[in-house]
Amino acid sequence: MPSRRDYDDIPGTIVFDGRQSRRGYALNKFLMSLNQAANREAFKADEAAYLDRFRLDDEQREAVLGRRWLRLLEVGGNVYYTYKLAACDGMTFQDLAGAQTGMTREEFAEMMLSGGRSPHEGR
Amino acid sequence: MARVAGGVGCSHVPAVGAAIDKGRTEEPYWAPYFAKLDRARRWIAEVDPDVCIVVYNDHASAFSLEVIPTFALGLADEFPPADEGYGPRPVPVVRGHPELAWHLAESLILDEFDITLVNEMPVDHGLTVPLSVMFGQPEAWPSAVIPLCVNVVQYPPPTGHRCYRLGQALRRALDAYEGDERVVVFGTGGMSHQLQSERAGFINVDFDTAFLDHLVDDPEAVAAIPHLDYLRDAGSEGIELVMWLVMRGALGPRVREVYRATHLPTSNTHNGLLILEEAS
Repeated sequence: MPSRRDYDDIPGTIVFDGRQSRRGYALNKFLMSLNQAANREAFKADEAAYLDRFRLDDEQREAVLGRRWLRLLEVGGNVYYTYKLAACDGMTFQDLAGAQTGMTREEFAEMMLSGGRSPHEGR
Repeated sequence: MARVAGGVGCSHVPAVGAAIDKGRTEEPYWAPYFAKLDRARRWIAEVDPDVCIVVYNDHASAFSLEVIPTFALGLADEFPPADEGYGPRPVPVVRGHPELAWHLAESLILDEFDITLVNEMPVDHGLTVPLSVMFGQPEAWPSAVIPLCVNVVQYPPPTGHRCYRLGQALRRALDAYEGDERVVVFGTGGMSHQLQSERAGFINVDFDTAFLDHLVDDPEAVAAIPHLDYLRDAGSEGIELVMWLVMRGALGPRVREVYRATHLPTSNTHNGLLILEEAS
């Protein structure tokens, strides 16, 4: 596999390709487990102990516990999997999307109401 | 011979499903969007399909990273709504059509589309939101449904060209079927949106308009759009639009645009709704 891809220069974008999938396999396995109500309860009851069931590395573990939403993608999380953690916290998908951009929730919602982020900002 | 009565292109935004489920469709944010659905709902009520083949993607619900089928066809009698991490949607169980589904499976594989066969799977918002968009909130879905699931979560998805050819193979299979069911094919997902990283919120109305225009009159050109162009110009999640090409391929070369509605925004997405019939 080439180490560089033709999409690597798209600004502010992490394509969930094989590189990310390998990096994030255990992380996404944890996130997937939150599809089950009993697991959500166990996670909420003791997050650190629940995470011990999965082979996360230190960076991934810290990103989960700290709810570092953009960092979660950088360390291999897929956004749809990551949303399961955000939903645990009562966040909407728009909350999650906005939280990755550095904008406030209100700023992001306002940007979407105004037609979204312009393609002129970078493609 | 099953009769293809038309095709539906439809975004599958989870927030649209939540607005319906929670009775918020009359709120100022949502009312202008839902007002655009009436014409589409009248159309499908008139067509009254026996079967809807819904081309959609699973979002870490039935499938995880353990097994990632590029194309998966649902053969079951029924498909329950999935718990996607916040409880299943309060919508009816989806009724399948195993006889037609098995016919499609056999025909597609012998036609060299090596799809994965699925006898048990829950279905998530990718499939149920388009049903809600088109049918509202019935006690039971008025049509049987055959789920055709396409991987667009793990890069790379199948190419647009491959999806278009799959639609054509689907049509050959329907033409060869012994029954006389009325079928509507749904292509779902898109239009432009990006849910991840610093460019989240990306929207490109010009890309979407050109996509819809050419999907109608020049589908081969749309099928040739490379993944890089979707990623750059439709947003990283806008690449879901390849699934609309399966729908388009299942229709003949010449189609008539019955209805088109777009709405910006629904949550983070430029929402599209398109109804096509074959031109006589």
